[in-house]
Amino acid sequence: MDNIVSLKNIVVEFEDGERILKNISLDIKDKEFVTFLGPSGCGKTTTLRIIAGFLEPTSGDVLFEGKRINSLPPHKRNVNTVFQRYALFPHLNVYENIAFGLRVKKVPEKEIVKRVGEMLELVNLMGFEKRSVNRLSGGQQQRVAIARALVNHPKVLLLDEPLGALDLKLRKEMQTELRKIQQALELTFVYVTHDQEEALTMSDTIVVMNEGIIQQVGSPTDIYNEPENAFVADFIGESNIINGCMPEDCIVEFTGRRFACVDKGFAPNEMVDVVIRPEDVQVIPADKAKLTGIVESVVFKGVHYEMVVDGVDHEWIIHSTKAEPVGSMIGMAFDPFDIHIMKKSEGDAYEA
Amino acid sequence: MKLKVLSAPYLVWMVIFIVVPLLMVAYFAFTNESGGFTMENISNVGQYANIFVRSIWLSVIATLICLLIAYPVAFTLSRMEKHKQGTMMMLVMLPMWMNFLLRTYAWMTLLGNNGIINNILGFFGLGPFKLINTSGAVVLGMVYNYLPFMILPLYSVMEKIDKSVLEAAQDLGCSSRSTLFRVIIPLSLPGITSGITMVFVPAISTFIISRMLGGGSNLLIGDLIEMQFLGNSYNPNLGAAISLVLMVIILVIMTIMNQFSPDDQVLI
Ligand SMILES: Nc1ncnc2c1ncn2[C@@H]1O[C@H](COP(=O)(O)OP(=O)(O)OP(=O)(O)O)[C@@H](O)[C@H]1O
Ligand SMILES: [Mg+2]
Repeated sequence: MDNIVSLKNIVVEFEDGERILKNISLDIKDKEFVTFLGPSGCGKTTTLRIIAGFLEPTSGDVLFEGKRINSLPPHKRNVNTVFQRYALFPHLNVYENIAFGLRVKKVPEKEIVKRVGEMLELVNLMGFEKRSVNRLSGGQQQRVAIARALVNHPKVLLLDEPLGALDLKLRKEMQTELRKIQQALELTFVYVTHDQEEALTMSDTIVVMNEGIIQQVGSPTDIYNEPENAFVADFIGESNIINGCMPEDCIVEFTGRRFACVDKGFAPNEMVDVVIRPEDVQVIPADKAKLTGIVESVVFKGVHYEMVVDGVDHEWIIHSTKAEPVGSMIGMAFDPFDIHIMKKSEGDAYEA
Repeated sequence: MKLKVLSAPYLVWMVIFIVVPLLMVAYFAFTNESGGFTMENISNVGQYANIFVRSIWLSVIATLICLLIAYPVAFTLSRMEKHKQGTMMMLVMLPMWMNFLLRTYAWMTLLGNNGIINNILGFFGLGPFKLINTSGAVVLGMVYNYLPFMILPLYSVMEKIDKSVLEAAQDLGCSSRSTLFRVIIPLSLPGITSGITMVFVPAISTFIISRMLGGGSNLLIGDLIEMQFLGNSYNPNLGAAISLVLMVIILVIMTIMNQFSPDDQVLI
């Protein structure tokens, strides 16, 4: 598979001198579903605007199928965007909004009718053709925005939080639909979300961003199971992140106790972040445990209970199918391979 | 109910200063000096057809020139940063702070045969050109005086066009040109129609501009009407008839214009 879009050392600075993207490099493969995941304001939309051509990077190169397209205007790029704030045409009805791109490209009327019809069906807006877009709900507008971009079958579709305004059920349906379309039409999707579950279920590749820096690129399982730093671990799923140090290979010390782990290659006594997923904390009788704590609260979450446990130096989050009474003392244990050791990120260390 | 009460002062105003005068104009138009009913005034209007045609022609040209100048100006203004827009808008409106007569007098001295423009041109060995007392000077006067009335409504609709909508058009394959025709113009249509109205109506009925810049040879309907009431050819009945016909013409033109604006933006 070839790279369809490549970003090389992209830096974006706005007039006020603020650096929004700090040296972003990324290859997006053809027919891939790539998701940008990161907290609000981390530069996801800005990255999409670079790919779409609305913004020229301050420095760095944008390549499309190997060709540099830094200053190619948006209308000449084989890329369409589902805008975060929809940006529908207020003077056109639903049908004409969706047909817009096809009309610009002078597609024959018969073909337009067919393709717009397919899209209306896909986004579940049949019967709304003649409706003015100003009289649609937020979720309906969002679906028109998806249809309007998708109908053009662009090589690369950029989707900026395209499902944010939908209710849970519709969102799940649309997630499945979008994924199906992407695979059926063999399109490249660049998807933005700050919903980590959405990212994990839909993507081939996830790009985790924070403050204009790519934190990690990888498959959903990589990102979830092998987070590269404490930020990723914390952002993807819940995590217990504890300060620790590595006295020697395969031994980690935190909250004053030593535990076996599987990580090697750290300098003796190097300070590290220790990450343990809530579901990986085993609850055992307190008298048999190295580590104990008092249960502070228990919340039922559907599939499991979430317990907050006040231990030594750290407040633990534990997911378990069995609830322990609030106020009771419990013991905690971990399998060595469930203890993830991460290098402290230099400089602007992430505070968990 | 509350709305009705609130609108009462305006209703009274409207009746006293709009409805009553209109009825009086209609009354005069259909009566002779002794107060008897006649169609003579109306049929006499026909002999001034050439003046009507000239008035319509010159004001249409002036309106079109205003539109052509104002459109890019308004668009540029509307895309500026918000805090700059206010200052720029004030500059556009600045000429309006000066008295209308004064502005037009200024053009007289500029355009005159010994005026500033001909003097400057003469300095380079050109001219003198006949600038004043031409229909061109009348159109110039109209454009100069009424341009802000075109810019203002255009600006106020364009300002509401979201930048992201223009980006969406580009994203879907529109060059700047097709963005203009497919998105910007359709979205600014209400501004275009109200701008045209606000320039065309005063332009077609002006009499000061044509008198001061057009000399005697560019008589417009406004001058004709004025002459019937204040001039030496005193004939208020004919004047009323001409006014009535002018009103009908404007009404017809506005109705046609309304066909082009979206349903919810009817002008009259
Ligand atoms: N035109 C601009 N001028 C100056 N700063 C800007 C501009 N556009 C965006 N920013 C800043 O750039 C940063 C990143 O913005 P961006 O829209 O890319 O965030 P995002 O990751 O898409 O966030 P969200 O999830 O909230 O949409 C923000 O801090 C924002 O304030
Ligand atoms: Mg965004």
